[in-house]
Amino acid sequence: MLSRTADHLFWMARYTERAENTARMLDVSLQTSLLPQSEASVELLWRGILGICELQSQYDARFQRLAAEPVMAFMATDPSNPSSIYSCLLAARENARAVRGKLTTEVWETTNSTWLELRGQIASAGRNPSRFFEWVKHRAHLARGVLVGTMLRDEALHFSRLGTFLERADNTARILDVRYHALADRGAPDTDVRQEGEHGDHMDFYHWAAVLRSVSAFEIYRKVYSDAITPARVAELLILRPDMPRSLLSCMNEVVANLDKVRNDHSGETERRAGQLRADLGYGRIDGILQGGLHAYLTNFLQRVNDLGDRISRDFLVPFATV
Amino acid sequence: MHVDGERGVRAHYREFQAWLKSQSVDTIAARRAEADLIFHRVGITFAVHGDDQGTERLIPFDVIPRIIPAAEWKTLDAGLRQRVKALNLFLHDIYHEQRIIAAGVIPPEQVFCNPQYRPEMQGVDVPGDTYSHVAGIDVVRADGGEFYVLEDNLRVPSGVSYMLENRRMMMRLFPELFALNRVAPVAHYPDLLLENLRSVAPAGVRDPAVVVMTPGMYNAAYFEHAFLAQNMGVELVEGKDLFVDDEQVFMRTTRGPRRVDVIYRRIDDDFLDPLAFRADSNLGVPGLLAVCRAGRVTLANAIGTGVADDKSIYPYVPDMIKFYLSEEPLLQNVPTWQCRRKDHLDHVLACLQELVVKEVHGAGGYGMLVGPAASTAEIDAFRARLRAKPENYVAQPTLALSACPTFVESGIAPRHIDLRPFVLSGKSITIVRGGLTRVALRENSLVVNSSQGGGTKDTWVLE
Repeated sequence: MLSRTADHLFWMARYTERAENTARMLDVSLQTSLLPQSEASVELLWRGILGICELQSQYDARFQRLAAEPVMAFMATDPSNPSSIYSCLLAARENARAVRGKLTTEVWETTNSTWLELRGQIASAGRNPSRFFEWVKHRAHLARGVLVGTMLRDEALHFSRLGTFLERADNTARILDVRYHALADRGAPDTDVRQEGEHGDHMDFYHWAAVLRSVSAFEIYRKVYSDAITPARVAELLILRPDMPRSLLSCMNEVVANLDKVRNDHSGETERRAGQLRADLGYGRIDGILQGGLHAYLTNFLQRVNDLGDRISRDFLVPFATV
Repeated sequence: MHVDGERGVRAHYREFQAWLKSQSVDTIAARRAEADLIFHRVGITFAVHGDDQGTERLIPFDVIPRIIPAAEWKTLDAGLRQRVKALNLFLHDIYHEQRIIAAGVIPPEQVFCNPQYRPEMQGVDVPGDTYSHVAGIDVVRADGGEFYVLEDNLRVPSGVSYMLENRRMMMRLFPELFALNRVAPVAHYPDLLLENLRSVAPAGVRDPAVVVMTPGMYNAAYFEHAFLAQNMGVELVEGKDLFVDDEQVFMRTTRGPRRVDVIYRRIDDDFLDPLAFRADSNLGVPGLLAVCRAGRVTLANAIGTGVADDKSIYPYVPDMIKFYLSEEPLLQNVPTWQCRRKDHLDHVLACLQELVVKEVHGAGGYGMLVGPAASTAEIDAFRARLRAKPENYVAQPTLALSACPTFVESGIAPRHIDLRPFVLSGKSITIVRGGLTRVALRENSLVVNSSQGGGTKDTWVLE
């Protein structure tokens, strides 16, 4: 397959995944912001959202006030913000358009329809943001489903899947990092969150529930642990559980598997690093991770995921050497 | 219902007319809306020059087909084969012995002063001596039923994807029509194209690798490039995907370099190779011309075919047919006055309001004057341009073009049409029975270009 084609497929999938995760994050934050709490902690929440996407300075340069409405507009529908849902869906569609011949008709039409419908969705996003986020998630589910359901099991699919899971690993790690930072410092990680909280009113339970919901893990948590929510278990679920579809380990399992299928003469070192990262997760223990500090751990993880992305680009997507 | 002058509906439309009468206008309108929706979703769009925001638009699709009876097609088919054969012989001759010039049939300055003549190709042998592997010959059917050639497109003619997609759309919208009429299929065109391209691979190459080369997704015809690559099952490459090494062309793939043997390029000569042509081109491949000259890659169409499809060469095509084939031309040229000739210019200036004047090197319906439709001021302005640079223009009479019933705002009304059949040349000549019918949607307009408010129709050749 042409390197440029693989590059477009990789980024098509990444942008679709990013749009979905941004929608998830915003949706949950919006709901969390409605919980009774001080104005300062709501501001902290929005600050956190911008922090996840590394967009604080861009936001501050344009807006005076840190509040739900401008943050929503900036992150969801603003074409001048390259990380907004709008920009992600546009980028996904432009990448798909560049390689439409390598996609099944269904994949292309799904991506193109999402883009064509986006205008109408944006018009009503302000009135009912939750419905807009639902729509984005739904379109991303559809895009992924139609990709897996209709594409030949060849490189085109493997590079798309690589993009999906690298992006998801990145996004889950960021969400966990920011929210954990804001919440877990309030008490010991292995205590039931209901006993803590600013006023002893179980508020932290709702915050942690929101984190879980943002990665579709609330019900899964219940099923896996059948027990009270503790920060340590939330971290364990989102980092180390191989059966949790948005956990870091689960994403890395997919990265390694897809990388193996597209390997070439140059990709040995990339495969080794991906395998090592996967092994670190596979044999890791949550108490060890928390002892060393979760923030440091996740920072290191994000660096390694970023490094993998760069290496995949160099090995497959944008080869410098002519021969 | 090609409306022939005053004679009314022609026989081969009767079946269709009966069907059409049984349909309500609302039904047709609903189907038409459905077609628009599908075209948008599928993304069959084109870009318009000078339109910054709505970069993608649909070419209006008319749901009423244009119908050509078998006998008429037979004549057309023979005429197209003859014409394209002669044009390829002409190109080979021009880039080799130049017999036709020596014989005094074509004045040398018409060839050598033409910017489309590529001295780089002089003496270069191309596989099978084929230059224009894919030709789109624009024809119109005049009142009397005979076909006239308007223009030969021998460089990178586009539109074939519309021929294929329009048919698919018609079969989807009106399957019952295809049960009533025996319409020649066109869907195998991509297979024929691939076979044709493989047949002109450099000598000695087994299992040649074919690619389609596009300027990129912002090109007006990008959809078509992607469409053809996909339907032939070959890679769609941009210049930056290719590189030259050791007198070979390679493409960059995820598993390392892969050799390329045949490039169906949809990019103009000027941009192909920054080392040979325009140095500022970032669409091309440095060194491509050298590999091509060495015969280690085939470009389809070959470099330098533009010298044969220029409006200044067009008047000589009937002479070429006589010269190379010793045959009488089966298809007529539209009488053409070459303004570079004093006697022709005088005639043109005297009759401007009756003529169509075109730029010699123009395309796409830009920069032309349609005398009967122009205001006095426009004619005067054009007269000045003609006087200033007469060699830049040719003029033709406006033909009484045949019209075809077309769905327009006021209902169903006749509109002028032309036809672009696609002629494939390689080991042999193949023509799919069909083509792209373009229709001038504005009343009385003769300009069918999509950039000038033209639309398209499905073209039916009856068996």
